[in-house]
Amino acid sequence: MKRVKERTNMGLLNRMGTIIKAKMSKIIGAAEDPRETLDYSYEKQLELLQNVKRGVAEVTTSKKRLQLQKEKLLLNSQKLDSQARDAVRANREDLARLALERKNAITSQITGLDQEIATLETEQAKLVAAEQRLSTKVEVFRTKKETIKAQYSAAEAQVRISESVSGISEEMADIGTSIERAESKTDEMKARSAALDELIEQGTLVDITRSGDDIERELAKVSQKSTVDSELARLIAEERK
Amino acid sequence: MGEGQYNVKSSLFDDLNKIDNTIVGYVQKGDEKEYKKSLAKLIGTIKREGKKIDDRELVESDIIVPPGDMTLNEARDVFKGTGIFQG
Repeated sequence: MKRVKERTNMGLLNRMGTIIKAKMSKIIGAAEDPRETLDYSYEKQLELLQNVKRGVAEVTTSKKRLQLQKEKLLLNSQKLDSQARDAVRANREDLARLALERKNAITSQITGLDQEIATLETEQAKLVAAEQRLSTKVEVFRTKKETIKAQYSAAEAQVRISESVSGISEEMADIGTSIERAESKTDEMKARSAALDELIEQGTLVDITRSGDDIERELAKVSQKSTVDSELARLIAEERK
Repeated sequence: MGEGQYNVKSSLFDDLNKIDNTIVGYVQKGDEKEYKKSLAKLIGTIKREGKKIDDRELVESDIIVPPGDMTLNEARDVFKGTGIFQG
């Protein structure tokens, strides 16, 4: 019973600490010679730095993709708007209503995309800052590592090594978590944007394109009819002269 | 979390602990709005009162602050030790 209580009393900060420390110990690993730990840790740092760079690129790509989709949707929306105007001019309120309904559906999709683009922008800025911070730390670590290796025996090096390795491993665990979160966010958005793409291509986005064609066809009919009507009227007028 | 390290005066620990406890309460209740408010307050306090540590320093932290955009569900995962935040 007591254990349960202690666990529920554990704050968020404590839990975060435990999680990051667990990740750290995975990063640090264990080597016979503490000086090997230095090289091993350095290798891991370079790996992580590559991961961060890849993460930044991925977020940037996702963002660009969403921005493109947004542009496409904006075009669709403008088209529907002008179709609605045409319909009103042709006294076809029903068609105008249809076009405006579809335009509204698109507008809400665009709002959703705007939010996602903003999220990715924040994520991008965060990862870029993390990349800079990490690369500074990695550089500091590299210098320290060489100094320690040159000046100390394995036994003496122990303390200094554990200090700097812990410091950077914590940063690595922290940034590692940030990347994982960014990745899961971009994955989510990729899936959604792929679905959106399919909808845009199939033209079944709330039946926009298909019915858009309907609207176009109807409008074409209307304008054809009016052309025929006016031509007919002209002919009748001419013949009866 | 993911934003570098800050040096915070020990006199602030009590305040931070208090906010931390309210966060735990809101997570248990599932109150997303209040949870977000408290988390923002926690991070805001640290950024306002703390001093940013130079990136060139390699030191271990006493406490790890979760990211500001952590969702209520992610916070639940933290307590359960599952998901992205698993150790």
